[in-house]
Amino acid sequence: MTVVSNARGAAVLLAAALALSACGGSGGSGGGSGGGDQGPKRFSVALTEPDHLTPGNTSSSYSITVLQALFDTLVVIGPDGTPQMRAAESVTSEDQKTWTIKIKPGQKFHNGEDVTAQSFADAWNAAAYGPNAWTNNYYFANVEGYDKLNPEAEGAKPATDKLSGLKVVDPATLEVTLTAPFSQFPITLAYTGFAPMPKAAFTDLKAYDGKPIGNGPFALDGDWQHNRQIALKRFDGYTGPRPAKSEGVLFKIYASRDTAYTDLRAGKVDLLQTIPPASAPEAKRLLGERFVPTASGTMDYLGFPVFDKRFQSADLRKSISMAIDRQAIVDAVFNGAFKPMGSLVAPLVPGYREGACGEACVYDPAKAKALYDRSGGFSGTLNLYFSNADQSYEQWMTAVANQLKENLGIADIKFRKIPASDYLSTLREKKEDGPYRNNWVMDYPSPQNYLESMWGAGNRMGWENKEFTDLIAQANAAASMEASIPLYQRAEDVALAEMPMIPLWNWQDQAGYSADVTGVRIDAYSPNLDTISVK
Amino acid sequence: MRYAAQRLLQAVPVFVATTFLVYAMVWALPGDPILALAGDKPLPESVVRTLRAHYHLDEPLIVQYGLYMAGVFLRGDLGETFTGQPVAELLQDRWGVTAQLALTAWVFELVVGIGLGVLAGLRRGRLADTMVLAGTTFVIAVPVFVVGYTAQIVLGLNLGLFPTAGTDEGWPVSYLLPGMVLGSFGLAYVARLTRTSVVENLRADYVRTATAKGLRRSRVVGRHTLRNSLIPVVTYLGVDFGNLMAGAVVTEGIFNLPGVGQQVFQSIQLQEGPVVVGVTTLLVMIFIVANLLVDLLYGVLDPRIRRG
Repeated sequence: MTVVSNARGAAVLLAAALALSACGGSGGSGGGSGGGDQGPKRFSVALTEPDHLTPGNTSSSYSITVLQALFDTLVVIGPDGTPQMRAAESVTSEDQKTWTIKIKPGQKFHNGEDVTAQSFADAWNAAAYGPNAWTNNYYFANVEGYDKLNPEAEGAKPATDKLSGLKVVDPATLEVTLTAPFSQFPITLAYTGFAPMPKAAFTDLKAYDGKPIGNGPFALDGDWQHNRQIALKRFDGYTGPRPAKSEGVLFKIYASRDTAYTDLRAGKVDLLQTIPPASAPEAKRLLGERFVPTASGTMDYLGFPVFDKRFQSADLRKSISMAIDRQAIVDAVFNGAFKPMGSLVAPLVPGYREGACGEACVYDPAKAKALYDRSGGFSGTLNLYFSNADQSYEQWMTAVANQLKENLGIADIKFRKIPASDYLSTLREKKEDGPYRNNWVMDYPSPQNYLESMWGAGNRMGWENKEFTDLIAQANAAASMEASIPLYQRAEDVALAEMPMIPLWNWQDQAGYSADVTGVRIDAYSPNLDTISVK
Repeated sequence: MRYAAQRLLQAVPVFVATTFLVYAMVWALPGDPILALAGDKPLPESVVRTLRAHYHLDEPLIVQYGLYMAGVFLRGDLGETFTGQPVAELLQDRWGVTAQLALTAWVFELVVGIGLGVLAGLRRGRLADTMVLAGTTFVIAVPVFVVGYTAQIVLGLNLGLFPTAGTDEGWPVSYLLPGMVLGSFGLAYVARLTRTSVVENLRADYVRTATAKGLRRSRVVGRHTLRNSLIPVVTYLGVDFGNLMAGAVVTEGIFNLPGVGQQVFQSIQLQEGPVVVGVTTLLVMIFIVANLLVDLLYGVLDPRIRRG
């Protein structure tokens, strides 16, 4: 009866295969499934996998959420959008070109090292050093000596790895010399790219990226478990102004926001900073007071390829702006959560003026049509450009297309939906031949961050205006942040009068938290995890 | 043994062709992965150049592929992601999750699928049969993400029978619901295949002979009918184990399981050739091994195949 024994053999083989894969499987996940035994006084925050945790090497908002808990930057942005000192005692300058930064004494890194002027100089030099290839490299482009660390010629190795514009005067004093006066310098220091790094980091930068040592109220607790979690514990040696109110934070990493939201509803995660817009009405109902809308600096625009002859009339560009019913689109696509904009900068930016744009951003089909006809109109195919990164882009572009058809009579409109990874290079290389979706995520609340980055030299629209450039330069050289604002506003007026890019709407983030935590104070600049305590 | 070795040798050209094809496809995706790294912000030319050189993106396709394969075979180096994480380490982290998920789904398919199929086959035309047919038709017709989200909301969130997402509770608890969702599609096929096969074999001559010889029904069904009915099912189950590994992308996304599927999806978006090729290589190997096992099992189930 060989048949019988063979059948048994098969069963054994099968069982062995099952057992093998079961063992291999559970072995692989053993390290990561320890999240269940978190202490009672620790709360969890939903997060998307960060790219890096070295301050100079990440501009991802997810990384920044973690870094804001791990690091104290020199300056932070207060709820009113103005700079407040944190690790710095003062940031001052006589001529807006040479800045003196005094550092508060007694601050420690999580490994016990002192936080000194050198810690900042080291971190900034590393970020500015071209061969390190860190993402925040360009934030140091206005510091003297930057070009020596980033030679133009291909294959050239920098002669030095120190910015000549950074001078450690004494352990508590750092002197920064810029290439040109820049009145907004203090507020830029709130960006996590300017955080300090301890000496210990530079022995092994790769290891540091997975286990950063900061000077903030929370320290890393164990390794960064990629795609699973990042655990932080309260740093007991912290002497700064914002000691943690909880034992620690557990960042739980999600691949999809929808899943994170489901987990928030199930009480499996305590804080979610970005509830998907489609779920917002439901979240509002379910969470009540624990649903927190927060202002955001992010803006959507419709840019024009001004370098293309057909878009060279400012009146044509304005008529398109007036033919777009922003409120209707915001209501239909974003559940009314976003805010229609008549200004180039977001409302939370100091110097924001609600109706800066005047009637050119007010929906008026009749006037729009009249202006359109006067401008000579548009002939041929109007291509609208956007990326496939989010389906809402196509939704609002469809609405825009319909409004342009109906209100201006542009009959031939086509969509150019570009793969997300190719979208920015398309714009950079000026390959677009029609209006395109443009978006700006604010780095720091200054009109300069919007105006100079997007309308300044080498902008995507190919727009050039000397008056604008001069006003920006004057504002950058102004004696103070306050004095700079009227000048930025005049520059904004110039850009609005010519309208190379139409403001559309300002985003809003929607956070939610569980009933287990209190003291949640999320604002546009930080989730302020230090203020949260566990019930 | 020689048979097995032969099969493995056949896998070599399959392996080379697949990896090159995948590498070329990732390479051909539009866009510049390095420029996309910084999002909307500018990246200085010196930084871009350094990164391009580091990932050999400035070389022609064939050189890139050659360098990559040389790294794999000479140094055992599977490359690294654009965030600097070694692919080998990444796969080590993630492989277990997908294996556990696929295995859970596979066992679910195997046990429930065959069970339902046999039940339906033995009671052809009766209520149980109709219900199995209707139920499986329904499952095949509904897309997997609908099944996934619905199961997550209803069974996980509202009824609280399963964890909603993540791997916090380990195997098997965290993997039951995603496993059932992932396995539901295959289960429907297994049930239908088994049913058809059982129905056919019940009419076969050798079954009539066995019954005529006076064997008990349990023996006729258990030993004779089932054994022959399982051949097509085993083929399907073998191939399907590979499918489950590959098909975990959606399920892992919905249930936030940090497995290989999730990684491939992200890596394709980021155009990380080494990761995609690394995973594909492993998937190809699993397909090959699964098919090999199937062929060996055939021999067990049907001696005619072994001798032929």
